[in-house]
Amino acid sequence: MRRAYFKNNWVAALVVAPQLLIIFIFFYWPTSQALYWAFTLEQPWGGGNEWVGFENFRYLLTDDLYWQSVRVSVIYAVATTVLAMSMALILALFADRQLRGYHGFRIGLIWPYAIAAPAIGLAFRFIFNPSAGVASYLNYAFPEIWNPVMNGDHALIMVIIAGAWKQVSYSFIFFLAGLQSIPRSLLEAGAMDGARVMRRMRDIQLPLLTPTFFFLIIINLTDSFTDSFGIVDTMTSGGPARATELMVYKIYEDGFRGLDYSGAAAQSIILMFLVIALTFVQFRYVERRVHYT
Amino acid sequence: MSKCSTGLAAVTIVLSAGAAQAEPIRFEYWYGLSGQLGDVVQQTCDRFNQSQDDYEIVCVGQDGYANAVQNSIAAFRADQHPTIVQAYDAGTADLMMSGEFYPVSQMMEDFGIEIDWDDYFPGIANYYASSTGELFSMPFNSSTPMMYYNIEDLEAAGITPPETWEAFEEALVTLKANGEECAFAYTPSTWIDLEQFSMAHGVPIATNNNGYDGLDSEYVYNTTIHVQHMENIKRWHDEDLLEIRTTQGGLNARDSFAQGECSFYFGSIASHSTVHNLVEDTFEWDVAMIPVYEGTERKNTVVGGASLWVLSGKSDDEYRGAAAYLQFLATPESERFWVTNTGYIPVTRSGFEALNAEGFYENEPYRGRELALASLTYTDPTPITRGIRLGSFIQARSEWVNEVEAALQGQKTMQEALDTAVERSNALLDRFARTYRGQELP
Repeated sequence: MRRAYFKNNWVAALVVAPQLLIIFIFFYWPTSQALYWAFTLEQPWGGGNEWVGFENFRYLLTDDLYWQSVRVSVIYAVATTVLAMSMALILALFADRQLRGYHGFRIGLIWPYAIAAPAIGLAFRFIFNPSAGVASYLNYAFPEIWNPVMNGDHALIMVIIAGAWKQVSYSFIFFLAGLQSIPRSLLEAGAMDGARVMRRMRDIQLPLLTPTFFFLIIINLTDSFTDSFGIVDTMTSGGPARATELMVYKIYEDGFRGLDYSGAAAQSIILMFLVIALTFVQFRYVERRVHYT
Repeated sequence: MSKCSTGLAAVTIVLSAGAAQAEPIRFEYWYGLSGQLGDVVQQTCDRFNQSQDDYEIVCVGQDGYANAVQNSIAAFRADQHPTIVQAYDAGTADLMMSGEFYPVSQMMEDFGIEIDWDDYFPGIANYYASSTGELFSMPFNSSTPMMYYNIEDLEAAGITPPETWEAFEEALVTLKANGEECAFAYTPSTWIDLEQFSMAHGVPIATNNNGYDGLDSEYVYNTTIHVQHMENIKRWHDEDLLEIRTTQGGLNARDSFAQGECSFYFGSIASHSTVHNLVEDTFEWDVAMIPVYEGTERKNTVVGGASLWVLSGKSDDEYRGAAAYLQFLATPESERFWVTNTGYIPVTRSGFEALNAEGFYENEPYRGRELALASLTYTDPTPITRGIRLGSFIQARSEWVNEVEAALQGQKTMQEALDTAVERSNALLDRFARTYRGQELP
């Protein structure tokens, strides 16, 4: 296979320099700063700091409530990923079948991705409001059955549904593209052999979607860990009783509101390693092993 | 070409005009108040700019107290910070320890501006003063909590506004028996349930006189009458005597009260004008001092709200402007403007007396607000009711809220919840003291 390359490395360096500069300013620089703070006790107004080694990490890892926040984050990430991907898959399979009006559906289903997380949070806060929203009809029929304000499990379910709703569009685009790249001849051959719609989906379309599937799992999980702040902030502020305090939200609470810069820095380092680990899994195992070409 | 030269000419004209007429000295002020209260802050700036030509204050709303402090810190680290920042009561200890401010009493003295500091109510000034009594920040928007009650609901049930918590409980029972759906709209609030409650009862929140006497303080609220109070609140919740109303639940306690749904709610006097606007004339309501338990010798409550801090690292000109603005705010006219347009209370004795003398507090919609001052000045501040000076206090507040929520949900008893909150908050104090190792509270 032929590879394109620059003869003159200086030109190449010049072309990538702006990009590298941006990555340096917005990623490496803040990250190195956070890494430094994670090993010190930093005074918020910058008056000085003291090297404390791994103490910030020890403090976090021996704190039951930090583990509670990790647990909630994992539940949130897995639940939103499963929910969003299964909804997206069903929608994509049907949009791909070119039922009547599918052009409209296709565009309509992509739109939600453009909505900012806090706006989604506000909309869902109204829908799930136990006394005034749409969910209040549920409470009217079965008193006291739904109360996200005081019941932590309900609050978490509410946040998961809102988070999943936001993710559906993204997965939908990839699933639809994946389905459309499956040669029609394969499906037609299946139809000729007497396979009905469901059978063709199960035996031809889904197996051929596996690479998309694994790609989306990683992207969705990573996104759930890092991009859930807006929803939690508008819907529950981490409550009640820390039931929806995801890792990113705790970083904000401790660092920005509580001015504990070092504790928050240590938490972001842990979160960063989690995301790096997920990305590593994707590159190392998933992308290499799943091939159907 | 001709376009270009006209542009150049215009620039030259502007530049020369600027040089000819002395530019006013510009300085920035970042404030946290938002909504209607934020608009009034902006108006104080406009009034200041119109009142003189030497200085121009640029006021920037930061949408929330927490944001105002966070953004100022970020800007300070980049040397782009404002001259004045409005910082909330709970952030006082952090700012004091930073040392990155210009004490207002010192600044006024340096610029030869006479301000009668003794005119400030001691309950207000003490909160923002050093242990030796030097005022660090300018008292500005000051409030204290009140009991808001629906007169019509209470009259229908044949009860008078309760002065003790025992009478308050009876009132709740009577209201419920009288068919009231929601007798008491409640939101867990450290500021009211813990801090102001402890002040009014004269019991400590933490050792070292609530932190004033050193960084090695420890919380003790899990051993005071506060526990009994929170257990009562839990019992009222279990017996359906109170309803939890939060913003997340759609309708917060204030709006539940203002819409006539609930008969009682506790909130800041700062909400007085908002409640007035929300209620319009749909029902009669009033405010009273927060109750105390029977047999308590009532003490003063303490100031809440925010004060204005002048940050370090600015030029003399900017400080002179800041001093002029703070002097402007301290004039009786400015104080009256601020107090009339918000629910906040005057911070000076003379300001209060002037308003009182002209009958300000006898008329709607201001009637009742003088009770906030009565609560703040009920007794002279004792070492315990001076205020609270504890580091990482914002985090400690959220520990309390989370644990109390857990207890209200029935996950644990109230005593266990408060014990846990105290234990965790003590760990925060310990971290705070280590962050500032070798330093003392000023």
